[in-house]
Amino acid sequence: MTAQAAESRDLAVVIGLEVHVQLETDTKIFCGCSTEPAEEPNTNTCPVCLGLPGALPVLNEGAVEAAVKVGKAIGASIPEETAFHRKNYYYPDLPKNFQITQYDAPICQDGVLEFGHEGERRSVGIRRAHLEEDPGSIKHVREGTESLEARTCSIDRADYTLIDYNRAGTPLMEIVTEPDFRDPAEVRAFLEKLEEVLEYLGVFDPTRDGSLRIDANLSVVDAEDVDADGEIDEDVLEEANRTEVKNISSHKGAEQALSFEASRQKKLLESGRAVAQETRHFNETHGNTVAMRSKEEEKDYRYFREADLPPLQVSDWKDEIEIPELPDARRERFQAEYGLSAEAASKLTSTKQVADFYEQLAREYDADLVATWVADNLLGELNYRDMDVTDIEDRLEEIATLVELVAEEEITAKNARETVLRGMLDDGDDPKTIVDREGLGKTSGDAVQEAVEEAIEENPDAVEDYHSGEDGAINFLVGQVMQKTGGSADPGEVNGLLREELEG
Amino acid sequence: MSYNAFITRETIESDAEGPLADKTVAVKDNISTEGVRTTCGSAMLEEYVPPYDATVVERLLDAGATIPGKTNMDEFGMGTTTETSAFGPTDNPAAEGRVPGGSSGGSAAAVAAGEADLALGTDTGGSVRCPAAFTGTVGIKPTYGLVSRYGLIAYANSLEQIGPIAPSVEEAAELLEVIAGPDERDATTREAPWASEERAGDAREQREASGDSYADAADGDVEGLEIGIPTELLDGADEEVVETFWDAIDELEARGASYHEVSMESLEHAVEAYYVIAMSEASSNLARFDGVRYGPTPDYEGNWNEEFAAVREEGFGEEVKRRILLGTYALSAGYHDKYYKQAQDARAWVKQDFDSALEEADVLASPTMPVPPMERGESLDDPLTMYLADANTTPVNLANLPAISVPAGETSDGLPVGLQLIGPAFGETEIIRAGSALA
Ligand SMILES: [Zn+2]
Repeated sequence: MTAQAAESRDLAVVIGLEVHVQLETDTKIFCGCSTEPAEEPNTNTCPVCLGLPGALPVLNEGAVEAAVKVGKAIGASIPEETAFHRKNYYYPDLPKNFQITQYDAPICQDGVLEFGHEGERRSVGIRRAHLEEDPGSIKHVREGTESLEARTCSIDRADYTLIDYNRAGTPLMEIVTEPDFRDPAEVRAFLEKLEEVLEYLGVFDPTRDGSLRIDANLSVVDAEDVDADGEIDEDVLEEANRTEVKNISSHKGAEQALSFEASRQKKLLESGRAVAQETRHFNETHGNTVAMRSKEEEKDYRYFREADLPPLQVSDWKDEIEIPELPDARRERFQAEYGLSAEAASKLTSTKQVADFYEQLAREYDADLVATWVADNLLGELNYRDMDVTDIEDRLEEIATLVELVAEEEITAKNARETVLRGMLDDGDDPKTIVDREGLGKTSGDAVQEAVEEAIEENPDAVEDYHSGEDGAINFLVGQVMQKTGGSADPGEVNGLLREELEG
Repeated sequence: MSYNAFITRETIESDAEGPLADKTVAVKDNISTEGVRTTCGSAMLEEYVPPYDATVVERLLDAGATIPGKTNMDEFGMGTTTETSAFGPTDNPAAEGRVPGGSSGGSAAAVAAGEADLALGTDTGGSVRCPAAFTGTVGIKPTYGLVSRYGLIAYANSLEQIGPIAPSVEEAAELLEVIAGPDERDATTREAPWASEERAGDAREQREASGDSYADAADGDVEGLEIGIPTELLDGADEEVVETFWDAIDELEARGASYHEVSMESLEHAVEAYYVIAMSEASSNLARFDGVRYGPTPDYEGNWNEEFAAVREEGFGEEVKRRILLGTYALSAGYHDKYYKQAQDARAWVKQDFDSALEEADVLASPTMPVPPMERGESLDDPLTMYLADANTTPVNLANLPAISVPAGETSDGLPVGLQLIGPAFGETEIIRAGSALA
């Protein structure tokens, strides 16, 4: 779009993404080195991932399997045969000064990902998704006596650069979307959904540093060039100058970076200036994007076939690779099978771990009760503490015990939530210890009966009110009994006992 | 006298009992040896000591071989004379004052001079066969995928194979026996198709069990052998070389073989296609030598790219720089289709032509080199002439086929001439059998 044309017109934003996700595999994509984060730099390495002269790549089938799972989950077409190319460029984090990646025969093409955004179903096209190797990581450092962390700085101020090849060779999947986004908030919703799906597939660990890296292309066009279905003519897109925003590493960051970039471009166009076609760097601290200092030349990666890796036949193999039930399907099933509300089903399928945990308990105890416990109590208390299920994943057995205590009516729901669950999360104790220590075992039989009789004897006014038909009186008496039993009696049971006593 | 056959003389011993227990096997200096520097004949890797052994080195040591040292070569295999080495040229023991051929000139010279019983070379476009022809020894370029390249420092990885150099066909076959066979660290290695299903894990044992080892094939029996002679590979060759070639064919005929001429038009384009592909791959394979971990200690001001450029300017020789530049150009946007893609098309055509020619013949024959060994220094200033000397060997690499060079005789000046025999994929036994009738 020319600068003049933009004046006093409605503008629309067009965004496309390149999302790099690290695939969870035991070993690297082309060698047997572990992908676990290592304490010491350059320890999870071998001649292959160090790119030593003479070493050769051998494809890890686990990475291919993970990629096929992603392809199936996004309904992509997976070719009969897939092949690898070399992408040639010089960078110190690249052991061979070329990256083994896929070019004209990617493992996935033409997929789609659906997600909800502002109450509507949206779907974004996935142009392609391919496998490649992660480079190493580099750190720019100043001379000095402080700790290495303190001396880590920007390249302009650095005296030297350290290279760590532990990450080199970690399998990456680059997922390239169509330019289907019209709003930065949509991008965020898409990324959340993508991550959810990848987690469900068991191919992604969001807690790992650098597991998600996003490059985004953004351009601004005349709103009238966007048709009713949100489609834009290819020529219009071709014409519009776009910027590529790099260094985005979170959902929130993506929304922030693209919101900044959208309004920056709109302002330029509205004031009659042109948008420069350039690469910009997202600064997470300042929430803005800045043009890369040296204007990058048009890169020529000189792609050509990697002869060290023969083309891989995936046609027969791909049918044997199964994927688990995906979040949308599971959500619907939870509503149908356990009679949950849409909201509860949604909360309970937010991650595969939560959904699996719910389902395990719902099979044994009352599905409704378990839903309240997991969706409201557990997730609510975690959320309040800024925690996640992953933070307590080794304590799910204890939570299950707590739910069992409630389901078997060993303790009251109120005590379970307010005393036991909170104590567990705040102090790290196990539920039975807390129940014993606090004497929360539900008081029953004689003790409750005794408290009921006492309450009636001590409160003749309330008894009188009850008999004259005042509704509040019974509640008052229940409260008295609960006080006497330290809250450990079942209020429903107390209510019944009081009525029995008063009527009798 | 010293022929400068070795870059590093350092003995690697083996205690293993095996078929090579009493043999010394010199190893070309682009094949990684753990703890022994491996230079590729380049100043860039003068100090590089690999932390691991190439698969073929493991197999040599498992077979009981002693490695007497690492042999001289054209820098990164880029040459036909062993004169582009950063460690000085190698002389030709069979024709002193002449080049020993290249790029495995050190390996061939070591065998020809008796400084090693056997040697390993590598053949990207003739680098085993050419020095074998020039030094009067035997060299085999195996089918692509027969021998593991793990640990071979790549020049052009879609073309090259490690192969044996020996005084006789039988000894070359014995060495091939030791190094051949699939390797899980090289995904391009393949089981020879004739290995039986149930024994797929061990082709060598299979062959030995059936009494059909490579060495057993060296029985000189050419009765009924049909030889095809591509006329294109005789065109433009030195007259005396052609005469010597026909003498060798006559001898094979006298022992029961017959021959016919065949035209393979694609071969006219093979050498160009070869150089485009080899240089393109080289430009990528050699990119890692940037001074970060290899090469002269960087002591330059400036950004990364400037520093990389300075290190590469200093660490690489002229021929290597020429090939990297040309290869980079051939892969560049705008030229990729014109050069790299067209070269790939030509490669496919060459393969097809060989397939057809080998339907009518058991083996194909040609002079290994169209010329006798050059005087030292003669071809250095004229790269194009040097490239054209590879016209007969490069098509074989493009087609991934096996070939052997055996001594065919000598010119009137006593210069060695080699005969090249080309077989079908994994047809090593056929070229060994045919070649053994002459050497
Ligand atoms: Zn590794």
